[in-house]
Amino acid sequence: MIWAGYLTVGMIFVYCWNLVSETTIWMFVWDAHNQAVDLGERMVPPKWDYMSKLWWPIWDTLNIATLGTVLALIMAVPVAFFAARNTTPSTVILRPIALFIIVASRSINSLIWALMLVTILGPGVFAGIIAIGLRSIGFCAKLLYEAIEEIDEQQVEAIRATGASGPQILVYGVVPQILPAFAGISVFRWDINIRESTVLGLVGAGGIGLQLNASITNLAWTQVSLILLVIIATVVLSEWVSAKVRHAII
Amino acid sequence: MTGIAYTPGRRWKKPPLITSPLLRWSLGLGIAVYLALALGTTEIDWGRVAEGIPRGLRFITGFFPPDFVTRWDEIFQGISESLWMTVISTVVGIALSIPIGLGAARNLAPRPVYYFCRAVLAVSRSFQEIIIAIFCVKLFGFGPFAGFVTLSFATIGFYGKLLAEDIEDMDPVQAEAVRATGAGWFQWLNYAVQPQVLPRMIGLGLYRLDINFRESAVVGIVGAGGIGATLNTAFDRYEFESAAAILLIIIAIVMAVEYTSSFVRKWVQ
Repeated sequence: MIWAGYLTVGMIFVYCWNLVSETTIWMFVWDAHNQAVDLGERMVPPKWDYMSKLWWPIWDTLNIATLGTVLALIMAVPVAFFAARNTTPSTVILRPIALFIIVASRSINSLIWALMLVTILGPGVFAGIIAIGLRSIGFCAKLLYEAIEEIDEQQVEAIRATGASGPQILVYGVVPQILPAFAGISVFRWDINIRESTVLGLVGAGGIGLQLNASITNLAWTQVSLILLVIIATVVLSEWVSAKVRHAII
Repeated sequence: MTGIAYTPGRRWKKPPLITSPLLRWSLGLGIAVYLALALGTTEIDWGRVAEGIPRGLRFITGFFPPDFVTRWDEIFQGISESLWMTVISTVVGIALSIPIGLGAARNLAPRPVYYFCRAVLAVSRSFQEIIIAIFCVKLFGFGPFAGFVTLSFATIGFYGKLLAEDIEDMDPVQAEAVRATGAGWFQWLNYAVQPQVLPRMIGLGLYRLDINFRESAVVGIVGAGGIGATLNTAFDRYEFESAAAILLIIIAIVMAVEYTSSFVRKWVQ
């Protein structure tokens, strides 16, 4: 049984590999190491003076990630309550709609969202914020509704027994139980969004990606390497912050 | 009645999430200041936004009805290209991430190896697939091969990190027991470590398959093959009906993969 599994995976792999190699120009691939060395030589040393022009885009990138996360959380909360089996007002209509929103938002990458939003809203930070927001609804709502479904029903029952109304049950019975999960999810998503917002500029939606794109098209590789270093630093820092906060919460 | 002292004027209050009041208030204040600054410095051209809304509506109506037929050949080719890319990059990426993940586990690897592997993981995780894709297209030329390298590289970061964390969290007692039988290093890995991490890793592998498929839809935008290229062309030609069809197909495939993987995960655990 296990060997049959391995065999099928192996066969699929070989088949797919053949398909890919048919469409590949191998000459370019064998040439890649020369290209890599060449590129590497052109990228060092990073052009440190360029840093003075990068502070503003970094601030924009942070704003896109943070405001986008806030926006996503605001929209994700109702969706999550509609999607959770134990809090949804109607399983027939609202729950499937909420689940569809979650899947749709998750399956379309933020870059594609940004591509569409730049056409609608014009290039700039605002399109980036909305793109990050729309993209994150699915992730936040999914984790949140799973948290809601896992709550302890007894506490809800206890609140209900005091004669609380529907909204009161939510506020006093459900919300305190999911609040830590909510905080954890938001910080986690914020961390992911920092990483995503670094590339939104490639399609014109603001942030440091704009500088990256400009530097690549100008073949200013020393600037590119500096930007890449800045991105690594930002991401590592945000990951550290998010890990610390989540550690403090849980 | 005399036994119970009645204290007037004290109502029950909800206990706050953060117990220290100083931390709570300073955190709140910090958030308020940040929001004011961020919103103040973000330039939003409301005129342009207002202008964009009718345009957006036209854009959305342009999506209907989704047109699967006219560009079907391109769509089909793009989707199948994305699917192969996804499969081989997931397999290769996971195969490569196993040694790196082992090296990045604090309880297995010697210090220098540990730091080296962690650095590899950090680099791979910091960059978006798109940035890696730009470089891969430059190095390997246009086409799915660049996409394959990109996705494999991204898979290493994701899978290697989770594998390393899982190994660090494993039960040391079982590992010790196997080691006490005089097992060699590979035997030890095979009988003590692998059984503990395998079920979760299978689930994560399927999850990564799902992510890789979604990412393969965007690496095409910079020329790395797959459905993204088709999607980008559709947008460039203003063929929004075809674009809508592509987006719907992506959503459907993601949903199918997600259902299958949740089923497999239940079956594995």
